[in-house]
Amino acid sequence: MSLWNRHKIFEKNSIILIAGILAVIAIGGLVEITPLFYLKSTIEAVDGVRPYTPLELAGRNIYVREGCYVCHSQMIRPLRDEVERYGHYSLAAESMYDHPFQWGSKRTGPDLARIGGKYSDEWHVTHLTNPRAIVPQSVMPGYPSLANTEVDLTDMVAHLRTNRAIGVPYSEDQIKNAVADMKTQLDPDSANVESFQKRYPKAAVRNFDGRAGNPTELDALVAYLQMLGTLIDFKLYDEKANLR
Amino acid sequence: MTEHNDIDHISGRSTTGHEWDGIKELNTPLPRWWILSFYATILWAIGYWVVYPAWPLLSSYTTGVFDYSTRASVVNDLASLEELRGEKMAVLGKASLTEIEKDPALLGLARARGKTVFADNCAPCHGSGGAGAKGYPNLNDDDWLWGGSLDQILQTIQFGARSGHAQAHEGQMLAFGRDGILTKTEIVTVANYVRSLSGLTTAAKFDAAAGTKIFAENCAVCHGENAKGNQALGAPNLTDRIWLYGSDEDTLVETISYGRAGIMPAWSGRLDPITVRALAVYVHSLGGGQ
Amino acid sequence: MTSPSFASKSTTMGEAGLMSVFAVSAYVFFFAGAMGHDSAFTFHALLASAASLTATGVILNRYYERPAQLPPAQINGRPNYNLGPIKFASVLAMFWGIAGFSIGLLIASQLAWPALNFDLPWASFGRLRPLHTSAVIFAFGGNVLIATSFYVVQKTCRTRLAGDLAPWFVVVGYNFFILIAGTGYLFGVTQSKEYAEPEWYADLWLTIVWITYLIVFVATLLKRKEPHIFVANWFYLAFIVTIAVLHLGNNPALPVSVFGSKSYIAWAGVQDAMFQWWYGHNAVGFFLTAGFLAIMYYFIPKRAERPVYSYRLSIIHFWALIFLYIWAGPHHLHYTALPDWTQTLGMTFSIMLWMPSWGGMINGMMTLSGAWDKLRTDPVLRMLVVSVAFYGMATFEGPTMAIKVVNSLSHYTDWTVGHVHSGALGWVGFVSFGALYCLIPWLWNRQLYSLKLVNWHFWIATIGIVLYISAMWVSGILQGLMWRAYTSLGFLEYSFIESVEAMHPFYIIRAAGGALFLIGALIMAANLWMTVNAREADQIQDARALQVAE
Ligand code: HEC
Ligand code: HEC
Ligand code: HEC
Ligand code: HEM
Ligand code: HEM
Ligand SMILES: [Ca+2]
Ligand SMILES: [Ca+2]
Ligand SMILES: [Cu+2]
Repeated sequence: MSLWNRHKIFEKNSIILIAGILAVIAIGGLVEITPLFYLKSTIEAVDGVRPYTPLELAGRNIYVREGCYVCHSQMIRPLRDEVERYGHYSLAAESMYDHPFQWGSKRTGPDLARIGGKYSDEWHVTHLTNPRAIVPQSVMPGYPSLANTEVDLTDMVAHLRTNRAIGVPYSEDQIKNAVADMKTQLDPDSANVESFQKRYPKAAVRNFDGRAGNPTELDALVAYLQMLGTLIDFKLYDEKANLR
Repeated sequence: MTEHNDIDHISGRSTTGHEWDGIKELNTPLPRWWILSFYATILWAIGYWVVYPAWPLLSSYTTGVFDYSTRASVVNDLASLEELRGEKMAVLGKASLTEIEKDPALLGLARARGKTVFADNCAPCHGSGGAGAKGYPNLNDDDWLWGGSLDQILQTIQFGARSGHAQAHEGQMLAFGRDGILTKTEIVTVANYVRSLSGLTTAAKFDAAAGTKIFAENCAVCHGENAKGNQALGAPNLTDRIWLYGSDEDTLVETISYGRAGIMPAWSGRLDPITVRALAVYVHSLGGGQ
Repeated sequence: MTSPSFASKSTTMGEAGLMSVFAVSAYVFFFAGAMGHDSAFTFHALLASAASLTATGVILNRYYERPAQLPPAQINGRPNYNLGPIKFASVLAMFWGIAGFSIGLLIASQLAWPALNFDLPWASFGRLRPLHTSAVIFAFGGNVLIATSFYVVQKTCRTRLAGDLAPWFVVVGYNFFILIAGTGYLFGVTQSKEYAEPEWYADLWLTIVWITYLIVFVATLLKRKEPHIFVANWFYLAFIVTIAVLHLGNNPALPVSVFGSKSYIAWAGVQDAMFQWWYGHNAVGFFLTAGFLAIMYYFIPKRAERPVYSYRLSIIHFWALIFLYIWAGPHHLHYTALPDWTQTLGMTFSIMLWMPSWGGMINGMMTLSGAWDKLRTDPVLRMLVVSVAFYGMATFEGPTMAIKVVNSLSHYTDWTVGHVHSGALGWVGFVSFGALYCLIPWLWNRQLYSLKLVNWHFWIATIGIVLYISAMWVSGILQGLMWRAYTSLGFLEYSFIESVEAMHPFYIIRAAGGALFLIGALIMAANLWMTVNAREADQIQDARALQVAE
């Protein structure tokens, strides 16, 4: 009984009990989380990952708002069937500017990590409006109202600033041009396309929803989907250097 | 509360002597199998840490005795998959497409390769059997926008149509209405003319002569004098009763007024070259190959 | 001289303080509502303003109605337990349970018949699924936990709950958080972090409520009349403390505007993933496990009238459980871009977690030794014991799924959903039902209306669970196998959409199982309603609760 008696100290003093609980639960978290911030191997050294354009960011916020992550993962695992079906396994670097991450935990629908460029804008427009019009077996909800809702442009600068405050390297130039860039990305005839693409390399400039008028939520969401997984050139990626 | 240890009469065990709202506790020792199993899991974990990467350090982490890495192992898995598929796969990459189609073994391999890749990548547009949908061509019939020979199909799959790829098929249906080339009446007239080409009924007041003239002046450059289409431009045959976007007057008016430019993505960057070749053979063998 | 009751009556510090805080916040939130950048924020701010105003009024009214003295801590030498907030939380638990199960049934049906999304933004699966998980875990589970913890801590410390308004602040404030979070999801206000979806302002409010909860709980422990702290209270305490830590760690966010609902979470990418599943897994470990184990440790011995099986086992499994649980989060991130070493730790600690989890199961089950015959006659006890069996099953399945090779199949599939619901319906659901069947009659000092109806509830719900989880095992494993199936030639055998089609029959069976589970809960609600509304004559002369305060 003697050793068991020692436990009395916790049973008789609620403050010591709390201290004990705190000490015990602190360890695992500290050991697993802190190294992810300082170990260099955590995020691969690759070129090409850039912050989202304002339009893509707005699209991503719609993705977050609609909870697409409950059905779609954005994390291709290094398993042969996934690499074959969806493309190169996902790197940590590819979501390094994602606040929050959207890796997901359930695949009711397919992985979207490399959906960018797989289909045409028009396909996405039809599919998002009415998935069963184009994929009869689909169980995905339709989002017809996206096409009729304009993106709120007023806060765009604040969105970029907020992102910068938590570590996304938006430049002053990018922040200043946030609203203009949003419109430029939808207008290939704009005079600003060149400077826009200098600010955001590889960003596609198109009228994503195919309709005239102000940027809609559909424009933004399709712009986001069309850039997913397109930033890294895997021909240049050093497989061996980034094992961990 | 007195701290003396009663005996619980049913189990014969002593209690700890405390009581809360009528609840007591027995002093039962830890079940042996339980504590042994617990130790066993701990020992197993320690063993696992020795073998696999496990503990973070100040500038790296313990890598385990075999330097195991998931990312390295998938490379091996893919390599053994290649091995399983055998050398015939390499032949798919080299032999001419016609040869592949003639050799039953190679054809079978190409079709087997093509089936799921088609279902995962192409069926969302072209339908599960390649039967097409509005705006997305049927790949089973012998009507081809860009040509139905093996090489033409390969070319289309590799680079797509209006896909943004440098080698993609280009050329689009002009927006005669939006760009003010034709008036609304002219458009309705030529739309009816197009319907008449494949024997569809036309509106009562339709002026056939005017339609013929408008067509010859505006459309024939692409769709040809006899409206049989031009595969170099992707201009469809307008006489064969096969429609990409639809044949009712409204759709035709829309097509002619606003133009069309369906996008077929390029697959050469996304799928490996052998797979793209297998797909070409697969599509060609769907029934409409020329 | 004025009347004596007037002279001696004055507001307490709590009353005065809270009234002024609420009066100020009614004004501030009204102003914030007027400034709102989006309609959801405006709606929530105005709701908060109205709620603050109401709270001020209610406190003032309560002050005028109450006697000069606050309720005594003891009456005739026996503790005067504070039951009002407990009644409130238990009624809401029942309400949210039914709401959460109904939404569960709806989203299950949407996966079988997607037309049920109605193409409406607020009715779409992506918004309703988090509403379901929050409604069942945080609203239903949370209210059960708060209600039982306030009850158990009083009874096992033989003292009145600490604080006068504070317990009310906890139960009402917590449910206000649920209201804000839930309506937010329908508006599309979400951080899309699983189980941590509420936006920054809801998170801040929850922080205040939760810390008050911790203070009330600890203050009650501190003034206990028993020398030792009962094991159930260790678990409650670990649950409350750890949830606070997890919530703070996972949710730091920067709002785009203090007058808008949208925020960006401070963490990014792989670190955010690790924080998220450190939180997510331990929401399971401390909310759905430690908290409900606390319920088990009080209600099973109480109902069975048997001593807790092993004091020593409770010590070892308590400390081992809370120490090991924290490490297991990375099993939600196997094969992802999280580094391998972290995954190894997640996997190995999950395996080591198996026996400590089963320690709880053994202690719950074996407490019945000597009283097994009661299972035949008492369906409430049967529900409690079956819940422990499901707990054992889920905590065996969990470590199995945490093994990387198994997870490579099960992850992303319905297998996970099946595992979740064997824990959620079987363990969390049944142990909560059992506890409420005990608690409601005790609180209202009535006899349970019908044991026969409990029996019906038990069997209907059990069949529902079996349908649900077996359908999900089959569909999950089928899904996993279809995704990775290769033909003999070495090519993928199935396309993704074929796997979607193959799920259809199982989604129908799952919905049927969910419907049965919901029917069971409706029977329960009716039974409890009849219990509470029973005639005075049905009261039992037990005097468990001497005076129902408030
Ligand atoms: C109820 C689950 C569900 C939700 C919620 C959902 N999807 Fe889907 N999604 C599916 C399913 C199933 C498929 C596969 C069938 C199809 O293509 O429609 C799919 C397919 C897709 C595809 C095509 C992927 C491919 O490779 O073929 C895209 C893109 C997509 N969804 C985007 C979204 C976006 C964006 C949202 C949120 C606004 C969303 N989905 C919400 C279930 C869902
Ligand atoms: C985003 C939708 C989309 C996807 C995905 C897609 N296609 Fe297409 N495809 C089209 C469209 C649109 C056209 C017609 C282009 C045009 O109008 O000129 C087309 C044309 C074709 C043609 C030429 C048909 C003809 O009549 O000349 C072939 C062959 C073809 N696709 C094969 C494939 C294969 C193989 C895949 C999968 C690897 C695929 N497509 C994926 C949209 C798609
Ligand atoms: C610059 C070349 C060009 C000219 C001029 C042109 N077309 Fe086209 N037309 C095309 C192309 C290319 C397509 C296919 C578009 C696609 O595949 O998306 C097409 C498609 C069509 C279609 C749709 C066929 C279907 O199957 O749905 C119709 C109808 C049509 N054209 C009619 C006309 C008429 C009438 C005119 C003259 C008024 C005309 N075109 C002038 C290039 C042209
Ligand atoms: C009537 C009863 C219920 C039904 C019909 C039901 C149905 C569902 C459905 C359809 C999903 C979505 C699964 C998917 O995305 O594929 C889900 C998810 C979930 N449910 Fe339930 N549910 C019920 C009760 C409960 C209860 C009582 C709890 C918890 C106490 C619970 C906790 C959860 C959780 C945690 C998830 C998320 C699972 C994951 O992300 O893997 N559910 N439920
Ligand atoms: C020893 C105990 C347990 C272990 C080791 C464990 C392990 C796991 C694993 C490996 C997963 C799958 C993760 C994935 O592949 O995405 C999972 C998911 C889950 N488990 Fe458990 N489990 C345990 C007990 C429980 C219990 C008792 C519950 C109670 C309800 C529970 C609730 C959940 C939930 C809600 C999820 C879904 C998380 C998500 O949304 O993805 N688990 N668990
Ligand atoms: Ca999940
Ligand atoms: Ca949150
Ligand atoms: Cu977990």
